[in-house]
Amino acid sequence: MKKFLPLLVLLAALAYVGMSLVPPHNTDDFDLVGFGRLPVLVNGRIKPLDTVARTSLLILQGRQRVADPTIPTPMVASPAEWLADVLFAPAKADAYPTFRISSTDSPELVSLMGLTDEQTKISYDNASSRMMAMADFLPKTRSRFSFNQLAPKIPELDKQYKLAQPVDAAVRTPFQKGVIQLYDSLVLYQRLQHSLVPPGEDDFLSRLLSLQKTLPAGVEAIRAKQAGQPYDEELAKQMLEVGNEFVLLDQYSYLRAVPPAADAKDQTAWSNTGSALLDGYGTGRLNPTALTYAAMAQTWRAHQADQFNHLVGLQRDDLQKRFAPQLAKSDAEARFNAAEPFYRSTILYAFAFFLAVISWLKWPETLGRCAFYLVLVAFLAATAGIATRMWLEGRPPVTNLYSSALFVGWGAVGLCLILEQIHRNGIGSAAAGMVGFITLIIAHMLSLSGDTLEMMRAVLDTNLWLATHVVVVTSGYASTFLAGFLALIYIFRGVFTRSLDKLTADTLTRMVYGIVCFATLCSLVGTVLGGIWADQSWGRFWGWDPKENGALIIVIWNAIILHARAGGMIKQRGLMCMAVFGNIVTSWSWFGVNMLGIGLHSYGFMDAAFWWLLVFVISQIVIIVLANLPLEKWRSFRSVATVRPAGTAAARV
Amino acid sequence: MNATVRQFRDFFVSLRLTVVLLGLSIILIFAATLDQVNLGVWAVQQKYFQTFFVLWKFGEVPVPIFPGGYFVGGLLFVNLIAAHVYRFKLTWRKAGIFLTHLGVILLLLGELFSGLMQEEYNMRIEEGETKNYAESYQFYELAITDTTDPKFDDVVVIPKELLEKGAAIQHPKLPFRVVPKAFFSNINLGRRSDEPTAPPSPATTGFGPNFVATPIAFNYKPDALNIPAAYVELAGPEGTLGTWLTVYIPPQMMTMPPQTFSTPDGHTWKIALRPQRAYKPYALTLLKFSHDVYAGTDIPKNFSSRIRLATPDGRDDHEVLIYMNNPLRYAGLTFFQSGYDGDHTTVLQVVRNPGWVLPYIACILMAVGLVVQFGIHLTGFFRKRRAAAVPAAA
Repeated sequence: MKKFLPLLVLLAALAYVGMSLVPPHNTDDFDLVGFGRLPVLVNGRIKPLDTVARTSLLILQGRQRVADPTIPTPMVASPAEWLADVLFAPAKADAYPTFRISSTDSPELVSLMGLTDEQTKISYDNASSRMMAMADFLPKTRSRFSFNQLAPKIPELDKQYKLAQPVDAAVRTPFQKGVIQLYDSLVLYQRLQHSLVPPGEDDFLSRLLSLQKTLPAGVEAIRAKQAGQPYDEELAKQMLEVGNEFVLLDQYSYLRAVPPAADAKDQTAWSNTGSALLDGYGTGRLNPTALTYAAMAQTWRAHQADQFNHLVGLQRDDLQKRFAPQLAKSDAEARFNAAEPFYRSTILYAFAFFLAVISWLKWPETLGRCAFYLVLVAFLAATAGIATRMWLEGRPPVTNLYSSALFVGWGAVGLCLILEQIHRNGIGSAAAGMVGFITLIIAHMLSLSGDTLEMMRAVLDTNLWLATHVVVVTSGYASTFLAGFLALIYIFRGVFTRSLDKLTADTLTRMVYGIVCFATLCSLVGTVLGGIWADQSWGRFWGWDPKENGALIIVIWNAIILHARAGGMIKQRGLMCMAVFGNIVTSWSWFGVNMLGIGLHSYGFMDAAFWWLLVFVISQIVIIVLANLPLEKWRSFRSVATVRPAGTAAARV
Repeated sequence: MNATVRQFRDFFVSLRLTVVLLGLSIILIFAATLDQVNLGVWAVQQKYFQTFFVLWKFGEVPVPIFPGGYFVGGLLFVNLIAAHVYRFKLTWRKAGIFLTHLGVILLLLGELFSGLMQEEYNMRIEEGETKNYAESYQFYELAITDTTDPKFDDVVVIPKELLEKGAAIQHPKLPFRVVPKAFFSNINLGRRSDEPTAPPSPATTGFGPNFVATPIAFNYKPDALNIPAAYVELAGPEGTLGTWLTVYIPPQMMTMPPQTFSTPDGHTWKIALRPQRAYKPYALTLLKFSHDVYAGTDIPKNFSSRIRLATPDGRDDHEVLIYMNNPLRYAGLTFFQSGYDGDHTTVLQVVRNPGWVLPYIACILMAVGLVVQFGIHLTGFFRKRRAAAVPAAA
């Protein structure tokens, strides 16, 4: 049994990741999977409705699941179903609790929105849930509310928003930040509702169909009116009424769902249904895509699954003619969303870490192999995820903070796999599990601010530099972190366990030294390449801007470690302490400089991130202090130290 | 060698000194990064890097509190050279280290070089407009132009430093002395009609008396608008010609009326404060500016300027396209697409940086050096492992 355990673990991990390759299926008669794959243009990028649904839910409520804490099953089966309700059946969507207001962040906001204790308190039906809630395993108060619950106080919110808006983002109070965030969420939600059909209108389709019939005559009537000739007053009035509705759609619409006409000059300029319908007043023909979506709305509300599915198919077929490549990408993206490769990696990394740590105490060979296999599979899943993102975007791997988190984790884990393959002592796997898990959690936090595949601003629009400077410098972050985490393993194993024998300690030292060398290479070359990019773009090699300074500090810190070691100023423990301090230096450059607020906005996560950064820095300092305990306090060295004087022990271990 | 000299040498070649200096440089850079919020990137460079000591003002007395960039960088440079001269051995094992440090030396020299020599100007050109000068970002000058001859302008410029000094200036081309009364790096400009209780203006002629100029603190934020202003009195041999308020507001924000006057000798003049100009022996004409955003967003997708570059003698006359990451390099200057203003005006950054090639060489040297060095380590490591593994297997 013990012999086959690694193989079993490998197969289980492969099966777990392999499950994600099974295409998502519909839970009822409606083809919501197909609906979610339909492409639209948002923020300059063509993406599937599925992505719109997921990122909108993340922005509004910080998670993709729409659920009530007292009801065990989710309220909708998929994000796409929620989006369908928002777009086509707003009354239903208004009742879903999808607006996050945290009473811990800002109790004032909760009271501003008129939410009483009765509304926020959760009363669980069964006793076990109540027990869980007492023990803080289940929430005691609600943090997500429905549009209906918030609607009465929107005028109050509007007033507070106008007061908070002019305040500089960096100095806003939690209440002001909460107000602005909630206001923006409500705007996003209402824009979504105005995206395809006017919300609250039950029979938009038949209005469009009757308009279609009278359109030529109606347009004639308006022309006549404008020219001051006799005209059909009733008809002209009708036309203007509907027209105003279209204008409203055009103004608020969030999605550009209508592809450009075949003869349009700019084939990237998709439009929204409102403006496409308005164009009908010129052409005399209502836009077929807008009509299709209006019909979809009708069939969705009337629960006519067959007709709905037929319309989804029609829309696909129509796009297939001229936008086949975009359609293929948007299909792939929807599949990618459903597969959640990074989520699966996160889970596997966590398991790998625990197995590797246990392997130092028991069954080193067997559990070490298991951990290695888990890391390997998680790494492959993450690689596939990053590769898919690169293909979707047509870009090198790192384009924004989110993708840098993915890449830092990926690079560090890649190095760990090499280390583990060489040394086979579980250390590489443990470090991989830890770094992989943490970076993916950071990436998840960053994804809460919206779509992570963004269009690149003009100055960044250069694959050459994104592929060289950004990738190399991010690898520098990854390896500096890795050296720090390996040092953490040394310190923890040495201080708290007896497992740090001389061989392990020496091996760890060589690992840390090797990784510091690699980090020096990457951060130095990456930083200088950044300078050269700046020279190409702005005509100056170095501008002392915060991000540049941060990268430079990493280079110098790594150089200090190497010189201090070469000069014999530090030994094993000194090297470990300096490598741990490298964690602080790197976290500062990666996130800290973004919080300076120089020409950069701080968003929700960044405020929270500041505290996490502080906690992280303090924890690292505590660990450095811990590492400086006299050796006889280290569990691993205690026996050695009691036999020999502490000084020689330090020299020998 | 006597003991003192040896001590001296040991100090300058020691690795301990290297580590201490590198540590100091981290603290310096970190402090400078934090201080950028208050001072902006220009002032920070002056205060922390282009100086031997960082000064702190206790009351009015500046006290050095920390070694500055020149100090740390200079010592590091001496340390680096001394250590290499002292320990230099031409062996393969040291080749990587040697190359890397040679790269660092070049990089430090390059940075010093550009710190001393680099000039940054900008050119704002509207479509169809031709310009033969670039303007400074941060320096201003007072221009007094003799406009008597409609075909020809004769300009005398007085840099900001002289305006700040306040001493009267006499120039052979001017039939009057220029007496700078006051210079402000930033003011609030209000109409006198809106602020009837404001104290009377020192200006006696031009548009000055109609405005209230209130000095305010210089704003260091990167995109802040600072309005410099100066009160200048012109004193002729027969007595004063009056005191002018001169201000510079970027033309895209607001155009101030030109201030003209004439002297008894029949000459007409114009007086204005403007960004310092650098005239070029050639002219740029903006033929077409294009600027695209991603559909349905404000995210700029690209911007580019089609420029005609011509010299008066006709030796050079060609069209170039300048866009992001594709600058024009001409006559020792580099023209970068840096921004735009509306749909028909381009803003180019004009930079002279004679040391620009040094970082490129340094980068290659350092990269090759580190790869060689770590490659030697790595192969050594694997050889040792293999050597250790063979007897174990046997």
